[in-house]
Amino acid sequence: MGRIVAGVGTSHVPAIGVAVDLGKTQEPYWKPLFDGYEPAREWLSKVEPDVVILVYNDHGTAFSLEVIPTFAIGVAREFPPADEGWGPRPVPIVKGHPELAWHMAESLILDEFDITIVNEMSVDHGLTVPLSIACGEPKEWPFPVIPLAVNVVQYPPPTGRRCFDLGRSIRKAVDAYDEDLKVVIFGTGGMSHQLHGERAGVINKDFDQRFLNDLTQDPQRLVELPHIEYVREAGAEGIEMVMWLIMRGALGDDITEVYQNYHVPASNTAAGLIILENNS
Amino acid sequence: MTDTSGFDDIPGTYLFNKDRCHEGYHLNMFCMSLMKAENREAFRSDEAAYLDQFPLLTLEQRRCVLERDWLGMIHVGGNIYYTSKLGATDGLSFQYLAGAMSGMTQEEYREMMIAGGRPIDGNRSKSEKG
Repeated sequence: MGRIVAGVGTSHVPAIGVAVDLGKTQEPYWKPLFDGYEPAREWLSKVEPDVVILVYNDHGTAFSLEVIPTFAIGVAREFPPADEGWGPRPVPIVKGHPELAWHMAESLILDEFDITIVNEMSVDHGLTVPLSIACGEPKEWPFPVIPLAVNVVQYPPPTGRRCFDLGRSIRKAVDAYDEDLKVVIFGTGGMSHQLHGERAGVINKDFDQRFLNDLTQDPQRLVELPHIEYVREAGAEGIEMVMWLIMRGALGDDITEVYQNYHVPASNTAAGLIILENNS
Repeated sequence: MTDTSGFDDIPGTYLFNKDRCHEGYHLNMFCMSLMKAENREAFRSDEAAYLDQFPLLTLEQRRCVLERDWLGMIHVGGNIYYTSKLGATDGLSFQYLAGAMSGMTQEEYREMMIAGGRPIDGNRSKSEKG
């Protein structure tokens, strides 16, 4: 059977990808952030996952306002990095895992999560920046990736509870897979940031750090947190943090936090990173 | 009907709800078209003629695009993830756009972020802001 051995929460700020692609990670502005990623990279290279499920949001790239799936899963063999207006990022093509992805799609839908199935899509910084954060600059990504896209651009995004429950259903699906696979799930986005309007640039360190700590100490509080709390306290675009709850829901009750890092700023955003090992 | 009026109390924040999606649809889809290199080229060579391909844009939306009124675009239904594609076409970063929308130069904005960002205290509610 498949096993979800750990969850990773991380921001997916586009400027982090630009810093990697332009070789700026050792410049004074970026060095403290990238130094904080080093232990996570070491951890991941030791874990050697067979597959990563990467929860992220598309930023008007593969999807647009034309069609807005709340949850979508990529079942393709590969996903090309997207041209987001600057040309595609110079990173490897993302290889999928169609067998597990299709199994998840079937299992989720029969478990009453009516997820959209995507056979072809490009992937934007929401997916490729977490890979750069976790893996650096390899010639090929070291594992196949199942993209799981969540709408957090058009109001309303799914509730925190729905995200957490989707995570539980993902875990059931992985548990029931008939091949022995070691799976790590990423929840990405956030942390506090607002990109638009006169309030652009808002950061709330207290909110973010409480969020990080409550992933282990009080996940129920996070599950119940209403959208307006994210928008008011963590900035309009901070709502992305609901996606971390999919990751949290896919882990059991018994988890161990093995790493946490927090840095302000990455461009407009508070960049958080957490690693949670699943003991159950 | 879902009531999102509680969000209106948050200063300088424009929840991208059904009304803004409806109002800004053609503006945002114009921005979406700039995801293709050939369209960016066509837009750069004659902006007004390119915008003619989007006849459902309002006059105000056209003005905001042509004058690069970044905050104005948000006021008429623009979504930042779409208007930033126009920014990318112009070679402008999210930080530039954020500064422009909040009345700061890019340098002032960048310094504010390095110093820890815009404080949340005083920015939670319009009443708090006074």
